[in-house]
This record gives sequence, C-alpha cells and structure tokens, in this order.
Amino acid sequence: MNHIEITEKAKSIIYNDGEITFPDECCGFIYGKEEDGIRLISEAAPVHNSKEGDKKRRFEISPFDYMKAERYALEKGLELLGVYHSHPSHPAIASEHDLKVAMPFFSYVIISVYDAKTIDIKSWRLRDEERIFDEETVTISTNDSVIKK
Amino acid sequence: MAKIIIPSPLRKFTDNLTTVATSGNTVQEAILDLATQYQGLRKHILDTEQNIRSFIRIYVGEEDINALDKEQTAVAEDTVISIVPAIAGGAY
Repeated sequence: MNHIEITEKAKSIIYNDGEITFPDECCGFIYGKEEDGIRLISEAAPVHNSKEGDKKRRFEISPFDYMKAERYALEKGLELLGVYHSHPSHPAIASEHDLKVAMPFFSYVIISVYDAKTIDIKSWRLRDEERIFDEETVTISTNDSVIKK
Repeated sequence: MAKIIIPSPLRKFTDNLTTVATSGNTVQEAILDLATQYQGLRKHILDTEQNIRSFIRIYVGEEDINALDKEQTAVAEDTVISIVPAIAGGAY
C-alpha cells in the first residue's frame, strides 16, 4: 500500500478549506517530495472550485489554475503530487466521478466534512495501467519539514 | 520543433522530463510525435482513434487551442505547448 505523510500545517489548510466551503466542495493542490516511495506533503494550496452548477457534490479546477500550480512547483523546487477535495456530508471514499477523470501518479486526498466539521481524511491513487483506485495510508506529521531524517 | 510541457502526472512516461521537443507543423502533429517518442504516454493523451482525449486540454502559450484552430493550430520552433489534464470529481 502506498503511503503519504501530510504535515500538520498542510492538513490544517485542507481541513479549514473544507469547513469554510461547506456545504460546497472545496479543492486544491498538494505539494511536497517523494522519497523512498513515501510522499511527504508539505504544502496545500486551496483553489477556486470552478464547477458551474452543483458544487455541493462536484468540483473542477480550471486549466489556468492547473498551469499556475505546475509553475509554482517548478519555482519552489517541489513536486506537484496531487489534488485534494472535500465530500460534504459524505464519506471520504473516492466516487465513480472521482475515478472517471483521475490521472496516474497523483494522490487524490479526500476529506469528509459533516456539519462544517472534518471527520475523516483518506487518499487514493490510480493503480498503474488500470482504472482502479487504491487507498493510500495517511499519517499526519507534526514536523513541518519535508525532509525525512 | 515545438516544445511540449509535460504535466506532473505524465512525467513517469517521459523519463521524468518536464519538456520534450517535438516535430510537426501543427498541434496534432506535435502531439502524435510525442506519443510516438513515448509510447507509454499514448493512451493517456490519445483515444483509440488517435484524437486528443476529451479529458485533456491543450494550450499554445496561454491560449486554449479550442479558441484557436483546435488540433490544426500551427506551431513553430519556439512554440510552447502545454498539456493540461482535467481536474474534477465529486462526492456522488
């Protein structure tokens, strides 16, 4: 099973975004480093949910915001490792809509938010060569550094 | 020789290269050349009829090719093409 470690700081940004955006879905990018097969997420950056229509159960990130995220990673010497979004009043289980447009390599972090309070976090990654999501184990690190000693 | 910027999720198919030089006079020719150079990339950017997949957007500079001449948009040696994956989903 793949593993990602999220700093407390990045986790707080994700949780806060999900809670202030509730009952709509929030979304954003996650950045960090991958070392020895473990992803260390040091930064999370909220972006606008550009979905037109029902934002309570859908999110979309504009191509312009995506290109900015790639540029930011290059400038900061970080890797763009995935995307996060919330499931308001639903479990943090990847849905068929999440799977349909999922890209390989990316970690898809999902938080479950009920009554504007985050109750769960999970992460999913597309299995190589197949359109199946595998769950990744998630740990929260109190160390805000991405360098694992 | 347009330059194509490879998005993070697809770099594993380009030996971690962030940019790839391609031949061709149009976006379509450049993308097909890219898929020929890196076969593992093919199914992620082209459908079975060799058209650019609907979940992929292509930008020339800062312009979406859908606002230009689509796949037939002309490219030159100094053109920068970006492959932008759709990022979307939802709870149910």
